[in-house]
Amino acid sequence: MGLLNSLISGLSLGSVYAIIALGYTMVYGISKMLNFAHGDVIMVGGYVSFILTMYVGMNGWLALLVAMVACTLLGIIIERLAYRPLRGTGSLAVLITAIGVSYFLQNSALLIWGANPRVFTSLFDGMQTIHAAGGQLTITPESMFTIVANIVIMIALTLFVGKTKAGKAMRAVSEDNGAAQLMGINVNQSISLTFAIGSGLAAVAGVLMCSAYPVLMPTTGAMPGIKAFTAAVFGGIGSIPGAMIGGLLLGIIEIFSRAYISTELSDAIVFACLIIVLLVKPTGLLGKKINEKV
Amino acid sequence: MAEKRFKMNTKKLLKGAVKGSEYKKEALISYGILIIGYILLQLGAMAGMIGHNLQGQFVPICVYVSLAISLNLVVGISGELSLGHAGFMAVGAFTGILVARVLERSLSFTPLILIIAILAAAFMASIAGFIIGIPILGLRGDYLAIVTLAFGEIVRNIMNVIYFGFDSNGKLRFAFNHTIDGVANQDRIITGAIGATGVTKMASFTAAALLTAFTLFVVLNLKNSKQGRAIMSIRDNRIAGESIGLNVKKYKLMAFVVSAALAGMAGCMFGLNYSTLAPIKFNFNTSVLVLVFVVLGGIGNIWGGMIAAALLTVLPEALRQFADYRMLTYAIVLIVVMICTYNPTIKARVNMFMDRFKPKKKKAKTGKEAA
Repeated sequence: MGLLNSLISGLSLGSVYAIIALGYTMVYGISKMLNFAHGDVIMVGGYVSFILTMYVGMNGWLALLVAMVACTLLGIIIERLAYRPLRGTGSLAVLITAIGVSYFLQNSALLIWGANPRVFTSLFDGMQTIHAAGGQLTITPESMFTIVANIVIMIALTLFVGKTKAGKAMRAVSEDNGAAQLMGINVNQSISLTFAIGSGLAAVAGVLMCSAYPVLMPTTGAMPGIKAFTAAVFGGIGSIPGAMIGGLLLGIIEIFSRAYISTELSDAIVFACLIIVLLVKPTGLLGKKINEKV
Repeated sequence: MAEKRFKMNTKKLLKGAVKGSEYKKEALISYGILIIGYILLQLGAMAGMIGHNLQGQFVPICVYVSLAISLNLVVGISGELSLGHAGFMAVGAFTGILVARVLERSLSFTPLILIIAILAAAFMASIAGFIIGIPILGLRGDYLAIVTLAFGEIVRNIMNVIYFGFDSNGKLRFAFNHTIDGVANQDRIITGAIGATGVTKMASFTAAALLTAFTLFVVLNLKNSKQGRAIMSIRDNRIAGESIGLNVKKYKLMAFVVSAALAGMAGCMFGLNYSTLAPIKFNFNTSVLVLVFVVLGGIGNIWGGMIAAALLTVLPEALRQFADYRMLTYAIVLIVVMICTYNPTIKARVNMFMDRFKPKKKKAKTGKEAA
């Protein structure tokens, strides 16, 4: 039963990683940049929702919605002000700018909300924990909703990217920026939309993560951000199902190594798994191999 | 873009091979900055013009300058993005501290201990670089970057569970993932997540500046050697390099291992500058910080990276008057500088502005400045 319990919490943590990884993977797919500020957007989402529920007295779900809107706007603004001026100048310049944005968000949060950790009230406060199999198997509402949310988001996003016009435009831009522009696709708009979706999802991830692990600090988003990024690479960066598989696997590996090997070494084991996967399959589990032209 | 850079670099390389003037100029500027910086800071400190806080930053400045130079070898000269430089720094720092603590018991001549510790640090860091370098250098671009990130995190995590100490008989004891019994507090060397404690401060500004000079010497000479030119040609066009028989893996590994060893040495100097040192110091942010120096100074531009490292290390201290806003200001400065240096429109404007002064410059160049 311990195994099953670990599996459930692993899936739950992995679902959070998967939702964050989506933001990384979509942005990477469309603009070939590593958006290091993504983890901090999660933190902002968490704080917005926290402030609204604690001080304004808003309903948790409504607060989640407002946080999503706030993060979506934040994502669009970041892209417009910091990344767009550097588009097409090589990935390193944008990478450093993204790091600058990340510092900016963390330190703004530090100034606005202070360094003290805040205790986040779970979105599912008051809901019953499910006990099954004679009380040995526990499923918290947090993990159940996180897993469900992950599945719903994954399906919705796959449909959006595959079937709608805006989604097709996004795929076209990520395939060939220049050709897409020639076909009359508004590249700027597609990239903005990608950032908007990624950041909106980051808010969801932030609230879900803070519900399960209720400590909120300005640096809360940093480590999950790095791990989700790892998850995106694990699954093959640029691929949506890849982000899901990568996230889930990473979460399960992390929880299992925490439970059965060592708490301190769990991160090391996660990253070691990543290195092994990349050595066997250099483009990640579901990544496309790009043939080099001579 | 790659093609353009390739052409430009071939031109430069040919020129360099014929006259070596490019190398001379770069070496002159780099060593010049180091020496002038050293003299200015020493004089300032002696004259009492530099505050105590800033004086405490002298060794870290040298360490970060060395790190920027060594990372430039991987990012600028070899053209691979590395996000795990702090990992090598950590290996060097903890090796150095361990060696220094052991030697302290039998040796009393501090400079000798320092040199042996630094050599040991370089050795261990280069082994780490070799172990991680062999499998990963086949990866490309962002995948390589993420593996180096993973490596840095793994090193930090392992440092969190390593314990070293002397037991009551004075024997060195080691434990992995559990504390050691029978070690008195003052005999602990490395204690897991708490890190190294009771370190004798051996680093000095002069020693750190000498280390920086050594790093500069190694990187500049490697850049200007046959091997360096091979490394750069692989960066500019891997397939072309392969086709003329260059062993891509060998050269990439060479740059990576040398860079790791130099980072280990800098890390050792850093570690021996504080009485305590926790592994958390060597997290992802430190790797990123060094990368920021390199990119801000201009990728591949060694003295640019040196200046950026020195300025950005001092900047948080200089921004002290902004108190709470200093890191925010730092972030904004970083973003604005990046946009101003890399945005095509702004760059074009700056170039136009600079063109006005060009005729004068050319005249000067034919004169003494070229030498």
